[in-house]
Amino acid sequence: MSLPLGGEIKERGSMTANDFIFYLLAAFILLNGILAMTTKKIFRSAIFLLFTLIGVAGIYFWMHMEFIAAVQIIVYVGGIVVLIIFSIFLTQQAGMEMPKPTSRRTIFSILSVVTGFSLTYLLINQHTFPANSNEVINVSPNNIGEQMLDYEKTGFALPFEVISILLLAAMVGCIVIAMKKEEVSKKDITETIK
Amino acid sequence: MEITLYHILFLSTALFFIGIYGLFTRRNMITMLMAIELILNSVNINFVAFNKYLYPENLDGVFFVIFIIAIAAAEAAVAIAIIINLYRSHKTIDVESTEEMKF
Repeated sequence: MSLPLGGEIKERGSMTANDFIFYLLAAFILLNGILAMTTKKIFRSAIFLLFTLIGVAGIYFWMHMEFIAAVQIIVYVGGIVVLIIFSIFLTQQAGMEMPKPTSRRTIFSILSVVTGFSLTYLLINQHTFPANSNEVINVSPNNIGEQMLDYEKTGFALPFEVISILLLAAMVGCIVIAMKKEEVSKKDITETIK
Repeated sequence: MEITLYHILFLSTALFFIGIYGLFTRRNMITMLMAIELILNSVNINFVAFNKYLYPENLDGVFFVIFIIAIAAAEAAVAIAIIINLYRSHKTIDVESTEEMKF
Protein backbone atom coordinates (compact mmCIF):
# COMPACT_ATOMS: atom_id res chain seq x y z
CA MET A 1 0.00 0.00 0.00
CA SER A 2 1.53 3.29 -0.94
CA LEU A 3 -0.28 6.56 -1.05
CA PRO A 4 1.45 9.62 -2.46
CA LEU A 5 0.79 12.63 -0.31
CA GLY A 6 1.46 15.50 -2.63
CA GLY A 7 -0.76 14.13 -5.37
CA GLU A 8 1.80 13.34 -8.04
CA ILE A 9 3.33 9.86 -8.16
CA LYS A 10 7.05 9.91 -7.52
CA GLU A 11 9.63 7.61 -8.99
CA ARG A 12 10.41 4.66 -6.73
CA GLY A 13 13.88 4.36 -5.28
CA SER A 14 14.63 8.05 -5.11
CA MET A 15 14.22 10.09 -1.95
CA THR A 16 12.14 13.19 -2.47
CA ALA A 17 12.16 16.29 -0.31
CA ASN A 18 8.80 15.24 1.12
CA ASP A 19 10.22 11.93 2.36
CA PHE A 20 13.34 13.63 3.63
CA ILE A 21 11.27 16.06 5.72
CA PHE A 22 9.35 13.14 7.22
CA TYR A 23 12.53 11.28 8.19
CA LEU A 24 14.01 14.46 9.63
CA LEU A 25 10.88 15.12 11.72
CA ALA A 26 10.68 11.49 12.89
CA ALA A 27 14.34 11.47 13.95
CA PHE A 28 13.83 14.81 15.75
CA ILE A 29 10.76 13.52 17.60
CA LEU A 30 12.30 10.21 18.65
CA LEU A 31 15.64 11.73 19.70
CA ASN A 32 13.99 14.41 21.81
CA GLY A 33 11.53 11.87 23.25
CA ILE A 34 14.36 9.56 24.34
CA LEU A 35 16.28 12.49 25.83
CA ALA A 36 13.16 13.73 27.65
CA MET A 37 12.69 10.32 29.25
CA THR A 38 16.34 9.68 30.16
CA THR A 39 17.94 13.01 31.09
CA LYS A 40 18.79 13.53 34.76
CA LYS A 41 17.68 17.12 35.26
CA ILE A 42 13.94 17.62 35.38
CA PHE A 43 13.95 21.06 33.77
CA ARG A 44 15.89 19.75 30.76
CA SER A 45 13.40 16.93 30.53
CA ALA A 46 10.58 19.50 30.24
CA ILE A 47 12.46 21.39 27.48
CA PHE A 48 13.06 18.18 25.50
CA LEU A 49 9.35 17.37 25.88
CA LEU A 50 8.62 20.81 24.42
CA PHE A 51 10.75 20.01 21.35
CA THR A 52 9.05 16.63 20.98
CA LEU A 53 5.62 18.28 20.97
CA ILE A 54 6.78 20.83 18.39
CA GLY A 55 8.01 17.94 16.24
CA VAL A 56 4.61 16.24 16.51
CA ALA A 57 3.02 19.50 15.37
CA GLY A 58 5.42 19.42 12.42
CA ILE A 59 4.20 15.90 11.57
CA TYR A 60 0.62 17.25 11.52
CA PHE A 61 1.73 20.06 9.19
CA TRP A 62 3.44 17.45 7.01
CA MET A 63 0.16 15.53 6.79
CA HIS A 64 -1.66 18.74 5.75
CA MET A 65 -3.70 18.91 8.97
CA GLU A 66 -3.02 22.57 9.67
CA PHE A 67 -5.84 23.04 12.16
CA ILE A 68 -4.72 20.11 14.33
CA ALA A 69 -1.13 21.37 14.20
CA ALA A 70 -2.24 24.81 15.36
CA VAL A 71 -4.29 23.28 18.19
CA GLN A 72 -1.30 21.12 19.15
CA ILE A 73 0.99 24.16 19.36
CA ILE A 74 -1.51 26.29 21.26
CA VAL A 75 -2.67 23.68 23.78
CA TYR A 76 0.41 21.49 24.30
CA VAL A 77 3.34 23.82 23.68
CA GLY A 78 1.66 26.96 24.96
CA GLY A 79 -0.42 25.44 27.72
CA ILE A 80 0.60 22.10 29.13
CA VAL A 81 4.40 22.54 28.93
CA VAL A 82 4.17 25.97 30.55
CA LEU A 83 2.01 24.42 33.29
CA ILE A 84 4.58 21.64 33.79
CA ILE A 85 7.47 24.14 33.94
CA PHE A 86 5.59 26.22 36.52
CA SER A 87 4.94 23.17 38.66
CA ILE A 88 8.65 22.27 38.42
CA PHE A 89 9.49 25.74 39.73
CA LEU A 90 6.99 25.33 42.55
CA THR A 91 8.08 21.89 43.69
CA GLN A 92 11.75 21.32 42.76
CA GLN A 93 15.04 22.99 43.55
CA ALA A 94 16.39 24.29 40.25
CA GLY A 95 19.23 22.24 38.79
CA MET A 96 18.72 19.35 41.19
CA GLU A 97 19.51 15.96 39.69
CA MET A 98 16.97 13.19 39.97
CA PRO A 99 18.13 9.90 41.53
CA LYS A 100 19.10 7.27 39.02
CA PRO A 101 16.70 4.32 38.68
CA THR A 102 18.11 1.03 39.89
CA SER A 103 19.88 -0.94 37.17
CA ARG A 104 17.51 -3.88 37.67
CA ARG A 105 14.52 -1.66 36.96
CA THR A 106 16.23 -0.11 33.92
CA ILE A 107 17.12 -3.49 32.43
CA PHE A 108 13.64 -4.92 32.88
CA SER A 109 12.01 -1.73 31.54
CA ILE A 110 14.17 -1.81 28.41
CA LEU A 111 13.46 -5.51 27.98
CA SER A 112 9.69 -5.11 28.26
CA VAL A 113 9.63 -1.99 26.08
CA VAL A 114 11.67 -3.62 23.31
CA THR A 115 9.51 -6.75 23.46
CA GLY A 116 6.32 -4.72 23.35
CA PHE A 117 7.58 -2.58 20.48
CA SER A 118 8.67 -5.53 18.35
CA LEU A 119 5.43 -7.43 18.98
CA THR A 120 3.30 -4.40 18.11
CA TYR A 121 5.29 -3.54 15.01
CA LEU A 122 5.20 -7.18 13.87
CA LEU A 123 1.40 -7.09 14.14
CA ILE A 124 1.20 -3.80 12.23
CA ASN A 125 3.53 -5.07 9.51
CA GLN A 126 1.50 -8.21 8.91
CA HIS A 127 -1.79 -6.35 8.77
CA THR A 128 -2.92 -5.10 5.39
CA PHE A 129 -5.04 -2.01 5.61
CA PRO A 130 -8.08 -1.71 3.34
CA ALA A 131 -7.81 0.52 0.32
CA ASN A 132 -9.19 3.99 0.72
CA SER A 133 -11.73 5.77 -1.39
CA ASN A 134 -10.59 8.47 -3.77
CA GLU A 135 -12.92 11.11 -2.36
CA VAL A 136 -10.95 13.58 -0.22
CA ILE A 137 -12.65 16.01 2.13
CA ASN A 138 -11.25 19.48 2.65
CA VAL A 139 -9.82 19.66 6.19
CA SER A 140 -10.46 23.34 6.70
CA PRO A 141 -11.51 24.91 10.02
CA ASN A 142 -14.81 25.75 8.31
CA ASN A 143 -15.62 22.11 7.63
CA ILE A 144 -14.43 21.00 11.07
CA GLY A 145 -16.52 23.63 12.85
CA GLU A 146 -19.60 22.89 10.78
CA GLN A 147 -19.48 19.17 11.47
CA MET A 148 -18.60 19.64 15.14
CA LEU A 149 -21.63 21.81 15.89
CA ASP A 150 -23.95 19.76 13.68
CA TYR A 151 -26.67 17.93 15.61
CA GLU A 152 -27.59 15.58 12.77
CA LYS A 153 -26.40 11.99 12.56
CA THR A 154 -22.77 12.73 11.62
CA GLY A 155 -22.38 15.72 13.93
CA PHE A 156 -20.38 15.96 17.14
CA ALA A 157 -22.54 18.39 19.12
CA LEU A 158 -23.12 16.05 22.09
CA PRO A 159 -19.42 15.20 22.71
CA PHE A 160 -18.65 18.91 22.33
CA GLU A 161 -21.11 19.76 25.12
CA VAL A 162 -19.81 16.89 27.29
CA ILE A 163 -16.23 18.17 26.87
CA SER A 164 -17.28 21.67 27.88
CA ILE A 165 -18.89 20.33 31.07
CA LEU A 166 -15.76 18.24 31.74
CA LEU A 167 -13.49 21.26 31.34
CA LEU A 168 -15.65 23.29 33.72
CA ALA A 169 -15.62 20.47 36.28
CA ALA A 170 -11.84 20.08 35.93
CA MET A 171 -11.32 23.82 36.41
CA VAL A 172 -13.46 23.93 39.56
CA GLY A 173 -11.77 20.75 40.81
CA CYS A 174 -8.27 22.18 40.28
CA ILE A 175 -9.11 25.34 42.17
CA VAL A 176 -10.60 23.36 45.07
CA ILE A 177 -7.67 20.91 45.23
CA ALA A 178 -4.90 23.51 45.02
CA MET A 179 -6.59 25.97 47.40
CA LYS A 180 -4.71 26.77 50.61
CA LYS A 181 -6.48 25.04 53.47
CA GLU A 182 -5.10 27.24 56.30
CA GLU A 183 -6.78 30.42 55.18
CA VAL A 184 -10.04 28.96 54.04
CA SER A 185 -12.13 26.81 56.32
CA LYS A 186 -13.87 23.70 55.09
CA LYS A 187 -17.27 25.37 55.21
CA ASP A 188 -16.12 28.11 52.84
CA ILE A 189 -14.86 25.54 50.33
CA THR A 190 -18.20 23.75 50.18
CA GLU A 191 -19.92 27.07 49.79
CA THR A 192 -17.60 27.93 46.90
CA ILE A 193 -18.52 24.71 45.13
CA LYS A 194 -22.21 25.50 45.51
CA MET B 1 10.75 5.19 -1.34
CA GLU B 2 7.32 6.59 -0.66
CA ILE B 3 6.22 7.30 2.90
CA THR B 4 3.41 4.86 3.65
CA LEU B 5 1.08 4.47 6.60
CA TYR B 6 3.53 1.90 8.00
CA HIS B 7 6.25 4.54 8.40
CA ILE B 8 3.96 6.76 10.43
CA LEU B 9 2.76 3.82 12.52
CA PHE B 10 6.42 2.94 13.21
CA LEU B 11 6.98 6.50 14.46
CA SER B 12 3.91 6.50 16.71
CA THR B 13 4.66 3.02 18.09
CA ALA B 14 8.23 4.05 18.91
CA LEU B 15 7.00 7.23 20.61
CA PHE B 16 4.43 5.22 22.60
CA PHE B 17 7.04 2.82 23.92
CA ILE B 18 9.46 5.65 24.75
CA GLY B 19 6.65 7.03 26.91
CA ILE B 20 6.09 3.60 28.48
CA TYR B 21 9.82 3.39 29.27
CA GLY B 22 9.67 6.76 31.01
CA LEU B 23 6.60 5.67 32.97
CA PHE B 24 8.44 2.54 34.13
CA THR B 25 11.76 4.09 35.13
CA ARG B 26 10.87 7.55 36.43
CA ARG B 27 9.72 7.93 40.02
CA ASN B 28 9.02 11.66 40.00
CA MET B 29 5.36 12.56 39.49
CA ILE B 30 6.00 15.43 37.07
CA THR B 31 8.18 13.28 34.80
CA MET B 32 5.58 10.52 34.90
CA LEU B 33 3.02 13.10 33.77
CA MET B 34 5.36 14.02 30.89
CA ALA B 35 5.53 10.33 29.90
CA ILE B 36 1.73 10.22 29.80
CA GLU B 37 1.71 13.28 27.53
CA LEU B 38 4.09 11.49 25.15
CA ILE B 39 1.80 8.44 25.07
CA LEU B 40 -1.26 10.59 24.34
CA ASN B 41 0.63 12.33 21.52
CA SER B 42 1.54 9.05 19.87
CA VAL B 43 -2.13 8.04 19.95
CA ASN B 44 -3.02 11.37 18.32
CA ILE B 45 -0.53 10.77 15.50
CA ASN B 46 -2.20 7.41 14.90
CA PHE B 47 -5.68 8.95 14.69
CA VAL B 48 -4.59 11.64 12.24
CA ALA B 49 -2.64 9.15 10.09
CA PHE B 50 -5.58 6.73 9.86
CA ASN B 51 -7.89 9.59 8.96
CA LYS B 52 -5.48 10.86 6.30
CA TYR B 53 -4.52 7.57 4.70
CA LEU B 54 -7.51 5.23 5.10
CA TYR B 55 -10.65 7.42 5.37
CA PRO B 56 -9.89 10.75 3.70
CA GLU B 57 -13.61 11.26 3.01
CA ASN B 58 -14.37 11.61 6.75
CA LEU B 59 -13.24 13.93 9.52
CA ASP B 60 -13.76 11.53 12.45
CA GLY B 61 -10.07 11.15 13.30
CA VAL B 62 -9.68 14.92 13.52
CA PHE B 63 -12.56 15.13 16.02
CA PHE B 64 -11.10 12.33 18.14
CA VAL B 65 -7.78 14.18 18.25
CA ILE B 66 -9.44 17.45 19.25
CA PHE B 67 -11.36 15.75 22.08
CA ILE B 68 -8.25 13.85 23.25
CA ILE B 69 -6.28 17.12 23.38
CA ALA B 70 -9.07 18.78 25.42
CA ILE B 71 -9.21 15.86 27.87
CA ALA B 72 -5.39 15.78 28.11
CA ALA B 73 -5.35 19.47 29.02
CA ALA B 74 -7.97 18.91 31.75
CA GLU B 75 -6.06 15.86 33.00
CA ALA B 76 -2.74 17.73 33.15
CA ALA B 77 -4.34 20.61 35.08
CA VAL B 78 -5.92 18.29 37.66
CA ALA B 79 -2.70 16.25 37.98
CA ILE B 80 -0.62 19.37 38.60
CA ALA B 81 -3.11 20.62 41.20
CA ILE B 82 -2.81 17.26 42.98
CA ILE B 83 1.02 17.36 42.72
CA ILE B 84 1.19 20.86 44.22
CA ASN B 85 -1.16 19.87 47.04
CA LEU B 86 0.90 16.73 47.69
CA TYR B 87 4.11 18.77 47.78
CA ARG B 88 2.54 21.08 50.33
CA SER B 89 1.69 18.24 52.71
CA HIS B 90 4.63 15.84 52.11
CA LYS B 91 7.45 18.14 50.85
CA THR B 92 8.16 15.59 48.09
CA ILE B 93 6.60 14.41 44.85
CA ASP B 94 8.40 11.09 44.65
CA VAL B 95 5.94 8.22 44.34
CA GLU B 96 8.14 5.97 46.53
CA SER B 97 7.91 8.25 49.56
CA THR B 98 4.15 8.86 49.45
CA GLU B 99 2.86 5.47 50.44
CA GLU B 100 0.39 6.00 53.27
CA MET B 101 -2.46 4.65 51.15
CA LYS B 102 -0.46 1.62 50.02
CA PHE B 103 -1.90 -0.92 52.48
